[in-house]
This record gives sequence, C-alpha cells and structure tokens, in this order.
Amino acid sequence: MKIGLFIPCFMNELYPEASMATLRVLENLGLDVEYPMNQTCCGQPMANSGCYHKAKELAKRFLKIFKDYDYIVAPSGSCVAMVRVNYAQFLEGEEGFEQIKNNTYELVEFLHDVIKPTTMSVSFPYRVGIHNSCHGHRELGMASMSERNLPEFSKIKKILSLVNDIEFVTLRRNDECCGFGGIFSVTEEAVSVAMGIDRVNDHLNAKAEVITGIDMSCLMHMQGIIDRQKLPIKTMHIAQILAGDYDGTL
Amino acid sequence: MGHSEKASKFVANSERMHWHDKALWFVREKRDLAAHQLDEWEELRRVASEIKSHTMDRLDYYLEEFEKNAKQKGLHIHWARDAREHNEIVLNLLLAHGAKRVVKSKSMLTEECHLNPFLEKNNIEIVDTDLGERIVQLRREAPSHIVLPAIHLKKEEVGKTFEEFLNTQKDNCDPTYLTREARKHLREKFLTADASITGVNFAIAQTGGVVVCTNEGNADIGTSLPKLHIASMGIEKIIPRLEDLSIFTRLLARSATGQPITTYTSHFHAPIEGGELHIIIVDNGRSDILSNSDFKESLHCIRCGACLNTCPVYRRSGGYSYGYIIPGPIGSTLGASRDLQANKTLPFACTLCASCSNVCPSKIGLHNQLYKHRQNVVKAGLLGAKKRAILKVTAWVMKHPLLFDFMGLVVRKIVPILPRSIVYSKANVWGRNRELPKFPKKSFKELYKERIK
Ligand code: SF4
Repeated sequence: MKIGLFIPCFMNELYPEASMATLRVLENLGLDVEYPMNQTCCGQPMANSGCYHKAKELAKRFLKIFKDYDYIVAPSGSCVAMVRVNYAQFLEGEEGFEQIKNNTYELVEFLHDVIKPTTMSVSFPYRVGIHNSCHGHRELGMASMSERNLPEFSKIKKILSLVNDIEFVTLRRNDECCGFGGIFSVTEEAVSVAMGIDRVNDHLNAKAEVITGIDMSCLMHMQGIIDRQKLPIKTMHIAQILAGDYDGTL
Repeated sequence: MGHSEKASKFVANSERMHWHDKALWFVREKRDLAAHQLDEWEELRRVASEIKSHTMDRLDYYLEEFEKNAKQKGLHIHWARDAREHNEIVLNLLLAHGAKRVVKSKSMLTEECHLNPFLEKNNIEIVDTDLGERIVQLRREAPSHIVLPAIHLKKEEVGKTFEEFLNTQKDNCDPTYLTREARKHLREKFLTADASITGVNFAIAQTGGVVVCTNEGNADIGTSLPKLHIASMGIEKIIPRLEDLSIFTRLLARSATGQPITTYTSHFHAPIEGGELHIIIVDNGRSDILSNSDFKESLHCIRCGACLNTCPVYRRSGGYSYGYIIPGPIGSTLGASRDLQANKTLPFACTLCASCSNVCPSKIGLHNQLYKHRQNVVKAGLLGAKKRAILKVTAWVMKHPLLFDFMGLVVRKIVPILPRSIVYSKANVWGRNRELPKFPKKSFKELYKERIK
C-alpha cells in the first residue's frame, strides 16, 4: 500500500513541524509514505472565493500528481473535503477522479477508518479541548454534529483516547465555527475575530491547556488571537500529539 | 456598504453583540432539545425534503389543483406576478370593501412586497399585530429576524418605544406589563379593523385551504372579526395533501423555537359568515429560482428561522447587516438569486461551516448554494479587482512548484527581519487583531529533502 502524503500549501511553508509529525505518525505505524515533491495547492482558496477556472486548473494538477497512490492522506479536514466533496464540480468524469475521491483521507480519519490502531505509545499529560473544525466535522463526518439527531461519536476523540495521560475538557459549544473560513478571515475580519475570541474563551473557561484539532488553518487563526491577547492556552495540531512531539514543556 | 462593513459596526459593541449571540444560541439550544427528543427527526427532515422536491417539480399542477379546490369552497384566488401586482390587488380589494383600517399578522411575503408603506401612502392604516412586528413597526424598522422580528431590541428599548407610542409608564420595562399594554392597544385595533391580512404557512392543494401558524393567536382574532380576510402566499407554500401537513408543523415549531407545536395552527377553509376570503398567490421572482437547478431548493424553505439562529455570523452581525429583507443563510441565498449585484457580499458573509444545512428542517443545502453564488459573483465580474488579482497571481504561482518554493522561501526569510510596523501595517488585515504565525526557517519540503538524502 503506497500512501501519497498531501501537505496543504500553507502548512508546507508555515508549519513544517506539524507536517513532519504527520509523516512520522504514519511511518511509526509502519506505513509506506511518499511526499510528491511537485504538489502545491489543492485550489481551495480559489474555489471558496468563487474562482471556478483557477480552482479547476489546480484540481486537475492535483489529480495528475496523486492519482496513482493507493491512499492520499493529509493533515487537514478542509483540504480533504475540497478533494472529496468539491472536486466533483471540476473533475467529474476525468480518469482517476473516482480513485482520488474515494481514497483521500484526513490523517485521523485514515487512522480510524483504515489502519485502526488499538494502542499508541505516546503520552500527552494535558487537559485538551478538541476543536471540531467545520469541514472535517460536517463535510467529512469526523464526529456527530450537534444539529443532527444521530448517534453520538467522534473519530478524533476515539483516536486521541489512545494517547496516554490525556484529559479532555467539555465545551459549552462543542462544534461552533472558529470564524477562520479562508478568505472570510480577511474579508469579514471583525466577525471572524469575534468568533475566534469566543471559541478560544470557551476552551479557556473549560480549563483546557491545549486546543487541538485536525485543521491547522483554524488553529493558526485562534493562535493569532491567543498570541495577540497573550492568553494562557496554546494550539497544537493533532499530528504533533499523536507523533509524541511533546517535549516536556508546553 | 456591504455586509462586512455593517457587521463590523455591530461587532464593535461587544457587550450587545454577545447578548444577541446568546439570545439566539439559547433558541438554537431549545431547538436541539426538541429535535433530539424525536427519534424520527432525521426521517421527518428527509420526508419533508422529498415532499417539497416532489411538489416543486409539479408546481403548476398543484397550484391549479389548489385553485380549483379553493374556489369550490367559495374562496377567491388571485395571481400576482410581482410585488407591485400583489400590492395593487390588496389595495383594490380594500377599496372595494371600503376598508380603511387593516390588521395584519406575520407575513414575510408582505415585507418582501413592501406592502405597509404602499398602503399607508394610499391612506390605509395597517397595523402589524404580532407583538414583535408591532414593536418594529412602531419604530419604523424592518424585522431583523424572520421569526423573532424584534430580537435585536432589549426590553429597555421596547419600554421606551411603548412610552412614546402607547403612553406606558415611564421607565417601566417589565415584559409582562409591556405585553399587557400591547394587548390592550392591539385589542382596540382588532375591534375596529375593517379587514385583515395574514401570511400563509401552508396551502393544501387537496383541500384548497390555507394554514397559518402563530404563537399569539393574532391571526385568529384578526380574521374572526372583520368581514374581509386577505391571505398572501408565495407559490412555494403549496403542499399536496392534508396528511403532509403534520410533517411540516412538527418540524416548523421545533425548528423555530423548540416548541412541539405552535400555539395556534389555524386552518382557513372558508370565509367567516357573511365574509370573504381572498388568497393572493405571488410569484415575485420565485419561478426564476425554480428554473435554476443550483438554487431551486431554496424554495423548500418553511421560514422557521433555524438557520439564522445557528449561523455564527448572523448571531454576531445582526439581521440588518445583510441589507436584504430576509437575513441569515436563507436570506443570503435568496437575496443573491434575486439581485446578485445588490447582494454580492452576502454569499461571502459565511464561513461555509455548514451548520445551517444540517439544522434546516427541509434539508436545503444552504452553504452549498452560497458557495455556488460565489462563483456567479466572480463570473459576473463583481468580485473586487484587488481580490481578483491576488487570487489570479496566487493560482499562477501554485501551478509552478519551483516558483511556489521560491516565493515561500522569500516570505519566510524576509518577513521575520522586517520591522513590526511594516509587517503589521494597515494593509495587513489579518494582523489587525491577530498575530501572524511564526515563520519557520525551513519549509516541510526542505526538511523532507534533507531527510531522504
Ligand atoms: S432555510 Fe431551512 S432553516 Fe432556514 S428558515 Fe428556511 S426552513 Fe428554516
């Protein structure tokens, strides 16, 4: 089984540690992973801004680069949702599209659905708040949504529960959006920041020490607020917890 | 002014913004509780959505069926192509009956048609009898929410309004007191009205009757006294059979306020004794939406307001920030369908979090519609030139991996050595209230290359 590692463009540039942690989580499980060097961006920023043609060009590019892998795994619910949910509009009928549509997974989802590990020999002795980022949550179905009346579950929590010494906090609003929203974070700056502050405060009030999640973009937005306001909490991509990157000091 | 400018004004008053957010979140939580008590909730949503799809695909048939059956019951049916025709029909009916004073119960359609100002211009007194509607009417404001029209107002503000218009005690804003005073005031209006206007929640093709849901009973009392009752409905209000109704009434009340059923579910299948019941069926742009496969689902809306209550943007920006008669996710898609140019910022007043689509009792893919509208905004050349240029350049860079690596490198090397005043200049919108991430020395790709060497 050959896995193509799909690293979102901004993570490649800004979050090499979380990206590397993703690679190591997979390798630690004995998986054969390759990072295709010529990958750039899946086109989500263009698609969400309404730029159909630009997004389509990048979707085609993505298809060419990744179509021969058995699985494509990425540390981002949002970018995976782009491929699985939104690519159809651009690539329906193209050769290889079904392959990437059916086999692109977000990291935690891949562990939960495909690899199914039963233990993880890492520890994370902190109180953790899970940020259920919207695209993973509502498009990929990473966990039960508060809006729906369906049995409760959380793939994220289930995988994180394999980590030793971890403790979870209970939020008042378990799956409210943090307000990042891609271009929304800039075009609707005021609301975006207000939403981010409210989200961070929910975690703070629940006495979380770390906010974790599967989407670095949401975490980047909340970390930006945390850093500006110097709040006693920090964000960490879930891959870094799963890879055991914790070095004793937060 | 687009949504974001108006929203930032609303956000600026943090205390009030949070009060608004909490009030609506409270309603959303009540809705969750009610929805989660029904094991068949998701099944109800599925059936509702299927009934709506079925009906919309045969709308001409069901409308004619409705007309035929309604006429048999002695009701009068009128067809209005647009708002102007609708308003003319109303006015002519009122004039023909010599009606000067009209009571109206809640109807978003008459808001859409701007009926009130039109009738006032023609010297007809029109009184909204839903409490929230009356409050905003006295203040000469529009509803800021489709179910809770005065949700943007605090009780002190309502007290002041009543002081001014209803002569209530100074500084008394006790809700029970104010409600009693409003009731007294409205009772007088009910007793002296010459005609009543209501909206329509559901029109049943099979029976030729209409159903109006209220919590205050104002539609009932309003229609019981005067001899003339005019009910205005959009073409999409049709449901095929009486037995379909319970699917929707169960969903509507729970989605709107978390109640198991609205306090009053009034069926109108005949005029009152010696009276007349006129139903005006209005298109006003709906058939255009119906013919667009990307957006026709938006006609499945039963106006429950749940998508507004759940929308994190609506809760923090208020109904008026949208600048369209209907705010929130459903308003953004309807507004963009109606007039893309005027409402071009609405599809972007959204993080695409998809909460609305999952809360919606009719399963409208609201966020998908907003996503599609964005493409139409770009296609119509309505996206700002600056934004367009940025996205174009970014997309171009992304097609060239070497260039992408190089640009990344340059940014990572340069930004950290620039003075803060430059990095956080006015142009950096992100940095107004947020720090930028720390720029690492090496990209993942560089680390990966080093590793395999
Ligand atoms: S779109 Fe759906 S959730 Fe929103 S008001 Fe209409 S029926 Fe209710």
